[in-house]
Amino acid sequence: MKKPIYMDYQATTPMDPRVLEEMLPWFVEKFGNPASRSHAYGWEAEQAVEKAREQVAALIHADPREIVFTSGATESNNLAIQGVARFYQDKGRHIITPVTEHKAVLDTCRHLEAEGFSVTYLPVQTDGLIDLTALEAAMTPETILVSVMAGNNEIGVVQPLQAIGQLCRQKKVMFHCDAAQGAGKIAIDVESMQIDLLSLSGHKLYGPKGIGALYVRRRPRVRLKPIQHGGGHERGMRSGTLPTPLLVAFGKACAIAADEMVAENQRLLALRQRLLDGICSRLTHVNVNGSLVHRLAGNLNLSFGFVEGESMMMAIKDVAVSSGSACTSASLEPSYVLRALGVSEEQAHTSIRFGLGRFTTEEEVDFTANLVVEAVNRLREMSPLWEMVQEGIDIASIQWSGHH
Amino acid sequence: MAYNDKVLDHYENPRNVGSLDKNDPQVGTGMVGAPACGDVMKLQIRVDEQGVISDAKFKTFGCGSAIASSSLVTEWLKGKSLDEALSIKNQQIADELALPPVKIHCSVLAEDAIKTAISDYRSKQKGVDAP
Repeated sequence: MKKPIYMDYQATTPMDPRVLEEMLPWFVEKFGNPASRSHAYGWEAEQAVEKAREQVAALIHADPREIVFTSGATESNNLAIQGVARFYQDKGRHIITPVTEHKAVLDTCRHLEAEGFSVTYLPVQTDGLIDLTALEAAMTPETILVSVMAGNNEIGVVQPLQAIGQLCRQKKVMFHCDAAQGAGKIAIDVESMQIDLLSLSGHKLYGPKGIGALYVRRRPRVRLKPIQHGGGHERGMRSGTLPTPLLVAFGKACAIAADEMVAENQRLLALRQRLLDGICSRLTHVNVNGSLVHRLAGNLNLSFGFVEGESMMMAIKDVAVSSGSACTSASLEPSYVLRALGVSEEQAHTSIRFGLGRFTTEEEVDFTANLVVEAVNRLREMSPLWEMVQEGIDIASIQWSGHH
Repeated sequence: MAYNDKVLDHYENPRNVGSLDKNDPQVGTGMVGAPACGDVMKLQIRVDEQGVISDAKFKTFGCGSAIASSSLVTEWLKGKSLDEALSIKNQQIADELALPPVKIHCSVLAEDAIKTAISDYRSKQKGVDAP
């Protein structure tokens, strides 16, 4: 079976071959435990780990001593939010986070609510951006933490990190940023952006799965109550033997991202525009979900009016994408991110996320645009809603029977 | 999610896509579902003088299973009397297409569409027969 063209780079990325090459010697030849202080196996692994730590830190303009390695961004988000909440709970028990955050943040907050913390889930504007005035208004003397993502996983919208950081610092509230999607894609500087904690993921930037990091600010010092206890690795914040090969690979992936980000973004922006033009020049009733300006270069989220998302994915099965339609999830609810933007349930059911990345080519983009146009035309011919629109009937005016 | 072969076949080669004249007294139309739920099915039947369904057409906004369910019932309906058509149950549709539990509502919708189309036809006929 020929595999479909990969256009789901927000779900995960393939590993860069340069990363794999760097990683391989650390499995068999150089297998030492970086915590072994008594022999050369350990010393060599420790050196590799420290180099990786520097590479990761450099990507976000941090000090290597501020990097705590974890298993991925989900763990980093848990450690940051739970760790801060539990350490500083005597100072206050209020957290603010936008409704469009990843489940790793939202579910962690929900969990803390059950422990007696209060959480404000901040609405977003129709372009997906948070309103800074609303953020400021939500802050109380009890607020200890604001958690806002860098780039959104569904709609790619990039939040104004600098302004959020400034506001948080001024109000003496800690700022955590889930940068799983943003790191390596947009310039992040924890100093100028005044970010106190920042989550990173390896597999979203062409590194391996199962590795990530949490940046924890040293000055002014941010403290955490650890979740995982043991040998006191990572300055006691995250015990567990460090997986040297994964760290080496993660470090290399960060170094490549830092070097190539500017050129890569230019290329991706051109490809995205090509995809958008290729589709919109030949189809009507196509909407972009989320801001096109404040957005990751590799993300395009489109709603194709009157064409349900899952049937659309079946029609373009030679391209691997994902949909905000309910039918793709077990919950039967359409995307909560799109709903938060004020996108109607109907529109949310018709959304497709195209994720472009390092290995996407112009040919693939053209192929995808053609396939999408063909599929939408075919499915609209089959759609009773499209027929009604052609007859001039206003779909919103109809009393629909069904309700799930 | 991988699709059953029969669902794929109906999705890729849908039978009887199209529309009949909804103002024709011999035609019954059933429109069920809602855009907000992600499925809308329109099923139309043409009934001949003997009370037998001579033609059936559909248009569906929905997932592959919804399209396949409606395509399948248009095949089943042709040549059936109205009472025979009313005896089609969602479970038969779900069994034929091997729908997973999360897609059962698609077969329910198809059964509803049959019932609604027949009741539309019958109410039109009452109007015609009325003195």
